[in-house]
Amino acid sequence: MRRTVQAIDAVATPHGIDRYVELVAPTWSTTEVRGRVTHVERQTRDTVTLTIAANRNWTGFEAGQYTNLTVEIDGVRHTRCYSMANSAGPNRTIELTIKAHPHGVVSNHLRDEAVTGMVVGLSRAQGSFTLPSPRPARLLLVSGGSGITPVLSMLRTLCDEGHAGQVTFIHYARTAADMAYRAELKTLETLEHPNLRVINVFTDAPGTGDLDGFVDAAQLSRADPEWQHAETYLCGPAPLMEAMHRIYAEHGIGAQLHTEAFTLPQFLAEAGLVGGAVRWGASERTVASDGRTLLDQAEASGLRPEFGCRMGICHTCTRTLSCGTVRDIVTGDITSDAGTGVRLCVSVPVGDVEIDL
Amino acid sequence: MTTAQRFGLTPADLDALGEELDAIRAEVLADLGERDVEYMRRVIRTQRGLAVAGRALLFAGFLPPVWVAGTASLALAKILDNMEIGHNVMHGQYDWTRDPALSSKTFDWDTACPADQWRHSHNYLHHTFTNIVGKDRDVGYGILRMSDEQRWTPVALANPLFATLLALMFEHGVMLHDVEVERLVSGEKSWDEAWPTLRDGLQKSGKQGLKDYVLWPLLTGPLFLSTMAANATANVTRNLWTFTIIFCGHFPEGTHVFTVEESEGESRGHWYLRQMLGSANISGSPTFHVLTGNLSHQIEHHLFPDIPAHRYAEIAPRVREICERYGLPYNSGGLTKQFGSVVAKICRLALPGRRSSATSEPGPAAATRQQARAA
Repeated sequence: MRRTVQAIDAVATPHGIDRYVELVAPTWSTTEVRGRVTHVERQTRDTVTLTIAANRNWTGFEAGQYTNLTVEIDGVRHTRCYSMANSAGPNRTIELTIKAHPHGVVSNHLRDEAVTGMVVGLSRAQGSFTLPSPRPARLLLVSGGSGITPVLSMLRTLCDEGHAGQVTFIHYARTAADMAYRAELKTLETLEHPNLRVINVFTDAPGTGDLDGFVDAAQLSRADPEWQHAETYLCGPAPLMEAMHRIYAEHGIGAQLHTEAFTLPQFLAEAGLVGGAVRWGASERTVASDGRTLLDQAEASGLRPEFGCRMGICHTCTRTLSCGTVRDIVTGDITSDAGTGVRLCVSVPVGDVEIDL
Repeated sequence: MTTAQRFGLTPADLDALGEELDAIRAEVLADLGERDVEYMRRVIRTQRGLAVAGRALLFAGFLPPVWVAGTASLALAKILDNMEIGHNVMHGQYDWTRDPALSSKTFDWDTACPADQWRHSHNYLHHTFTNIVGKDRDVGYGILRMSDEQRWTPVALANPLFATLLALMFEHGVMLHDVEVERLVSGEKSWDEAWPTLRDGLQKSGKQGLKDYVLWPLLTGPLFLSTMAANATANVTRNLWTFTIIFCGHFPEGTHVFTVEESEGESRGHWYLRQMLGSANISGSPTFHVLTGNLSHQIEHHLFPDIPAHRYAEIAPRVREICERYGLPYNSGGLTKQFGSVVAKICRLALPGRRSSATSEPGPAAATRQQARAA
C-alpha cells in the first residue's frame, strides 16, 4: 500500500494523490484522519450528539481518550478537543456529545448547524485518562456537565466487556433536563449490569435526583460506602475537580483519583489576561512574557528564528502555536487553536503559550 | 530630489496615504470568509480537473486534435497552478483558513522552483524591497538591464537574447534565482555557499522532470515521444505566459525605481508609495485576470500581498481614486501596450546611455497641492 501511494505521488507531484481524490471523496485520505457524520441527535437544549464514521486512518481509541475535531466555519478551520462517549470497540465509529458554551464558536456552530453527511477532520485518539488493565475491582466514575463523555465511554466499555467488579457512576447536572444519556444509564443499571449503581445529582433542583447538593465525603459515602477503596475517574468543571482533589487529599488517597480537565483558553484571553510564560517548544526554553511580539521575545531569549519583513506581510516567521492563546496586534484577532500558524512578528502572547520554535 | 518630493508629498501626506490604504486592508481582512475559500477551491477543482483531463487525453495523443486538446489542457492547468493558486497561496493569502491544503508554509507548486526558496526571494526580498535598485534582485534578475539606474556594461548588449532565453526557460530561471549566478560569476559568492540552494533546486526540478518527461510518457507506452513533446509544450507555454505577465508587473514604461537612501527607515506610507509607483497593471477580462493569477492587478497585489487576489478587482477603483487624489500615477494598460513597452525597454537598455526621465510625471493633484503649499 505504502509503495503504491509513493508511486502514485511521483506522477501526481507536487500535490500528491490526496489532493486529487479528496475533491471527489472528501473523507478519503492516505494520511489524514477524517470522518463523516452519520447521525445527529440533540438530547438536551444545549447539547448535540454526533455519531461519526471515521476513515481508515483512525486507529481506534481507549475509553477516556479524546480526539481533535476540526470543522470549518465561514471558511476558517477550528479545532477543539472532545472525548469519545461510546464504547471503545474495534469499529471506526465515534460518538461525541458537545455542549454549547455561551461564547463557544465551535460548540454553538455544531449545536445549531450539525447535519448528517457533514465531513469533519479528526486526530488519532489522544490522552492518558484511561482505565488500567486489568480493570480495578472497585471503580467510582464521577462526572459533571459535559464531562460525562469520557467516563460514560469507560462505563459502556466495562459493560461491553462484562466487567464483574463494583462500579458506581455519579453524575452532576444542574437539572434533569440538562442531563444527557439519563435514560440509557437507567437501562444499563437495571438490565445489563447488576454491579452498577447510577447516582444522579441535580444541584439546582433538590429532591429530583438520587442525592442533593455539591460533592463532599458524606455524599460520596452515601453513593458508595466503600468509595475510599475505589479507583476514581473524574471529569467535570473546575469547582467539582477542586472539591474532589481536596477530599481525596484529606483522606490521603490522592493517588486513587484520576482526572481529565477541560479548559477554555479563549475565555482567559477575553478576560484580558496578558502575563504568563512563553515556552519555545523545540528549543526547550521558557521565558516570562514581557508583552512584546513573539519575534522580539524569541530574539531576546537568544533564539534566531527566520524572519523577513517584520510587518506581517511576508509570512516568513510563521510558526505553529502548540498551545495557549495569541493576539494579532494588527487585527486584534485572538487565536487559541493549537496547530495554527502564527506570524511571530505581529503576534503577542495572551497568558501562557507554547510555540514550536 | 526624492521620488516622494517630486510628487509633492510631505511625510504627513505619506502618513495620511498610509492610513487610507491601511483602512482598505483592514476592511477586506475583516470580511474574509467562506466566499474566498469557495472561490479558491473552485479554482483548485478546475485546475486539478484540467490536469487529469490533459494527462488522460494524451493517452489518445496519436490523434492530432486530441494531442492539441491534451496539451492545451495541461498547459492551462500549469498556468492556474502557478499563478492563481500557487503564487497566491504561497503569499499566505489563505493562511487564515488554517486549511493545510491552502497553507503558505506547506504548499508546493508545479514548477522547477522549490517553494521555500520562492517564499524567501519573492515574498520577503522582492515584496519588502520592491524596486530598490541594488536590493531587489527582481530588477533584471541579475542578468538583464531593466532600469536606467543600472550601470551599462557590454553584457547588456545581450539583453534581448537573454530575455528570450529566460522567457523560454522561465521556470528554471526562477529556480536559479536564489543561486545568484551573476554573483557566482563575479566571484562575490562561492560555489560552497550556492550549492545547498542549487541542490534543492535540482532535486525539485528533477522530480518535475521525472514526472513530465519519464513517468507519464512511459505510462502512455508507444506514445512515449508524443506525450513527452506534449508535456514539454505545456511547460514552455506556461513559461512564456508567466514571463509575459511577470515582466509586465514592474518593467513597463512609467514604473519607478528607488534608491537605497530614500527607502532607508521609510514610513508605512512611503512603503505603500514605493509599491504603487513601482508596479503596473494590465487591463482585461475577468478570465484574463484569473489566468494572470490576478498579477494583472500588480499595484493592488503589491499594496496588499497577503489579501486573497480575487479581491483586487473589487478594491482597484478605490486605489485608483486614492492615486488621483494624491496626484500619483496609476500605471495601467492593455497587455499589448504594457508588454510592448517592456520589449522596447529591453532593447533600449541593451544600448549605453540613460534617459533622464523615463518615469511618469506627477498628476494634477500634486501640482495643486504644491501651489496650495506655496500660497
